[in-house]
Amino acid sequence: MRRLIWLSVVAAIAIAYPLLLSSPFQQRLGALVLLYAIAASAWNIVGGYAGQVSVGHVVFFGCGAYAAMGSYAKFGLSPLLGIPGGIVLAVGLAAIIGVPTLRLSGHYFSMATIAVAETVRLIVTNTEWLGAAVGLSGPTVPRNVFDLSFLSSLPYYYLFLVVLVITLLITWWMTNSRMGFYLRAIKDSERAARSLGAPASRTKLYAYMLSAALTSVAGALYAMMFGFVDPESGLGILISVKILIMAALGGAGLLFGPLIGAAILVPLEEISNSWLGGKGAGLTFVVYGAIIVLIARFQPGGLLSLFTGRRKPGADKGAGHAP
Amino acid sequence: MSFVLVQVIAGGLLLGAVYALFSSGLTLVWGMMNIVNFAHGDFVMLGMYVAYVVYTLMGGGPILGAPLATLVLATVGVVVYFALIRDIMKGPMLAQILGTFGLALLLRYSVFWWFGANFLSMPSNIVGGTYAFAGLRLEASRLLAGVVALLVTFGLHLLLTRTSLGSKMLAVAEDQTAAQLMGIRPDTMQAIAWAIAAGATGLAGALIANFFYIVPTVGETLGIVAFVTVSLGGFGSVPGALVAGLLIGVIESLSGYLIGAVYKDIVVYVLFLSFLWFRPQGLMGKM
Repeated sequence: MRRLIWLSVVAAIAIAYPLLLSSPFQQRLGALVLLYAIAASAWNIVGGYAGQVSVGHVVFFGCGAYAAMGSYAKFGLSPLLGIPGGIVLAVGLAAIIGVPTLRLSGHYFSMATIAVAETVRLIVTNTEWLGAAVGLSGPTVPRNVFDLSFLSSLPYYYLFLVVLVITLLITWWMTNSRMGFYLRAIKDSERAARSLGAPASRTKLYAYMLSAALTSVAGALYAMMFGFVDPESGLGILISVKILIMAALGGAGLLFGPLIGAAILVPLEEISNSWLGGKGAGLTFVVYGAIIVLIARFQPGGLLSLFTGRRKPGADKGAGHAP
Repeated sequence: MSFVLVQVIAGGLLLGAVYALFSSGLTLVWGMMNIVNFAHGDFVMLGMYVAYVVYTLMGGGPILGAPLATLVLATVGVVVYFALIRDIMKGPMLAQILGTFGLALLLRYSVFWWFGANFLSMPSNIVGGTYAFAGLRLEASRLLAGVVALLVTFGLHLLLTRTSLGSKMLAVAEDQTAAQLMGIRPDTMQAIAWAIAAGATGLAGALIANFFYIVPTVGETLGIVAFVTVSLGGFGSVPGALVAGLLIGVIESLSGYLIGAVYKDIVVYVLFLSFLWFRPQGLMGKM
């Protein structure tokens, strides 16, 4: 019951926010928070629940972004139509990375994800058809509403809100399904889970593929909002870093952890960028690095685990993830 | 075989020796403590910047820069061990990866913030000249780096296998409690391992600073190279790292020469991924 009250309060704030704080900057900020919350929640499925730290998640983000912009720039279609293509690409790539590495210890997986992300970035940067270093642009003047090209951030805000709710529902459904129970067992002790017959590698792979698909959707939405994608904004390793740190700061393996992380870090970065200008870029990541080190050292469960008691994240029962 | 190809292979071997040197640092801590330092490549980057600062402030070449970079990085290694690694070692995998990865960001962007994103380079005359060996022309700076790296890597191997310090470290790697009962302090041994590992990166950084581009993000590529080298050579095996490092150096220069400079990183990454598919236990190591 208490959880229900909390949920309705959060939902009410989320719906009312862009109407109450209605300056373009605030609306854009709200939309960005939701966008990163989608990406971080998607990461959370593999990074938090399955305990496999993907550092190259941006590659799926890029699949979605390039598919959305490509469907406009190459075929003259609505960017929306690129989303299924992006999902297929992302899931296929996840299988290529996941099948060999998820059998090995977690370090291999992390390093392989970096290697793949960098490989794809280098290849795209040198591929003329994908716009090379310049990237691809979306429609400058929207032909119709399906081009999803709006001047105001308000439509994006509500679109992102809907996608975020869907992402969270999928995550919640997953944790309560057989897969969620397998994942918790595997995370506690992979050897014990295997000996009890839980298909460890396959379950982790499914989680990874699901996460990749949702991240690709986030990438497509990102490209639509900004109207273009280039190798740096669509495939740069720093996007992965942002996604990962948001989930970890809020609480990896907790349903609302990524949302909390995004709500703290996105405003922090936007404000520091507008204060410090270009010089702030380096400093932002110094702060990010320091935050990650401090979380890892003192509060590996993330901020939200401060409030959910001393339980190990992911080790608790059923749907007990919500605050 | 064409003569240019021999030249390219020789260059690859010299660079590969440096890869072997800093990778043996990674393999040491990985094999001993089962922790992977994602900031390893950024340690090399720090070594390069130490050498650069030594040059700009004091005008000193590698004779001054290399020992100083080794010393500075060894200190960094010990500090990192006591401040971070000792605690996250016992934590979950997530904390281990996040901790060292966060450290990598912290180092990379502190340097970025301080020095800017520009490509810096050392003046080419600091270790000047080229040597001719049986028709091969080798730059002095690369020759110096390769030979020193090879000697130090070999020395590291002897240290780990032939001295009592090496045996003590091996004992801690095998069984901490048992080692403690024999009067060996695991904490001290692990701190020494971090000092050696980080010192090796400092030396490697100072050696390649003379001919490599110096830029804050160079650590990312070098970190992946070290990771690939260790997974090919097997954990904890310095000879394995040596063979794998030389191999990767040669493959990288050959692909840079035959396919194009842009693709040489891609070749290393793809090689790594195909190894994960077909031979995850590495070239000579066990799982």
